[in-house]
Amino acid sequence: MAKIESSFKNMLLVLFIISVIAAVALAGVYGFTKEPIEKSRTQKQQDAIKMVLPPFDKIEEEKIPVDQETTESDFYKEMGADSITLFHAFKDGKEVGIAVETFTNKGFSGKITLMAGFTIEGYIYKVQVLTHAETPGLGTKMADSPFKDQFEGKNPQSYKLSVSKDGGDVDAITAATISSRAYCDAMQTAYKVAFKN
Amino acid sequence: MNQLQNFTKGLIKENPVFVLLLGMCPTLGVTTSAINGLGMGLATLCVLCLSNIIISILKSLIPDKVRIPAFIVVIASLVTIVQMVMEASVPTLYASLGLFIPLIVVNCIILGRAEAFASKNNIFSSFIDGLGMGLGFTLALTILGAMRELLGAYSIFGLKLIQTDGIIVFVLAPGAFLALGFIIAFINSLKKTA
Repeated sequence: MAKIESSFKNMLLVLFIISVIAAVALAGVYGFTKEPIEKSRTQKQQDAIKMVLPPFDKIEEEKIPVDQETTESDFYKEMGADSITLFHAFKDGKEVGIAVETFTNKGFSGKITLMAGFTIEGYIYKVQVLTHAETPGLGTKMADSPFKDQFEGKNPQSYKLSVSKDGGDVDAITAATISSRAYCDAMQTAYKVAFKN
Repeated sequence: MNQLQNFTKGLIKENPVFVLLLGMCPTLGVTTSAINGLGMGLATLCVLCLSNIIISILKSLIPDKVRIPAFIVVIASLVTIVQMVMEASVPTLYASLGLFIPLIVVNCIILGRAEAFASKNNIFSSFIDGLGMGLGFTLALTILGAMRELLGAYSIFGLKLIQTDGIIVFVLAPGAFLALGFIIAFINSLKKTA
């Protein structure tokens, strides 16, 4: 088959047809994969909630608008987020804990998202790191013991959520003070949002 | 050139990473562990085979003057499809490769093979070429990833060998250059003696 000549009409037509076919193919695959992608995202969230809270049988979502959070409004603006999601967990009709999807932009390489679980009395139950881009081998240790374990069972009312270098009660990860600080910052935000009343 | 030669040239003689030095961005960026290297390599392999086939089919339909934009549209669509399929089927791997999947679009190997091979050869040869080159790329990324994981975290494919921290520099960006440099030096010395 001879090559098609590079006339203006041919070039226009060929590129147009290729683009249309590409668009149709993309739309098709998007429709096909949309549901599993959505499902795996919510599944991940549900798993994280289950991991950070005491046993429960019902979850209620609550979005806290950012403008209510007056103390650090600039921080939220920077993050480009307009709300923080709370998950109230109930067992036999009684509230047993609150999970907060919290975040900070103070990480060593940007945003860190945590799922922080609190018992209803305000004690930290467990924390799970959702997303981060910290340095492998250093900042990534925030997701492992012993760093994450030191928060469990502590009440931020008496337990100062900042690293010991800054006068707080948290032992920072060696060589990853910035990541540790960011983690504390996110926890502080979570506590404030969940228990400000 | 017979098909066997066509297939094996991408593995060793014209290995895209170790010999041609193409596609360095994903090579250095994602190979922090063996499994990341393998995943990235397979995603690229998939795109490379498909793009070589499609471009070989279309080669006589595309006017010469607009061939590059046409190739780019084909490759970009394929990458987006691979990205969506990966996010749907292997979300954990997708999360760790993250940003680098869309970057397959600008990987020189893919456009390079489309331009240098698929636009001049028949469909079957193009497929074999893509398969060989893609496997060569996967092999190179896995070796590099395994080496960096072994030195940087003392583990291999996530299996911890020694329970201490490794030489962390190998997991960071400078370690990628170091490890790649040593591997290429080793391969060159082998070639000289052979």
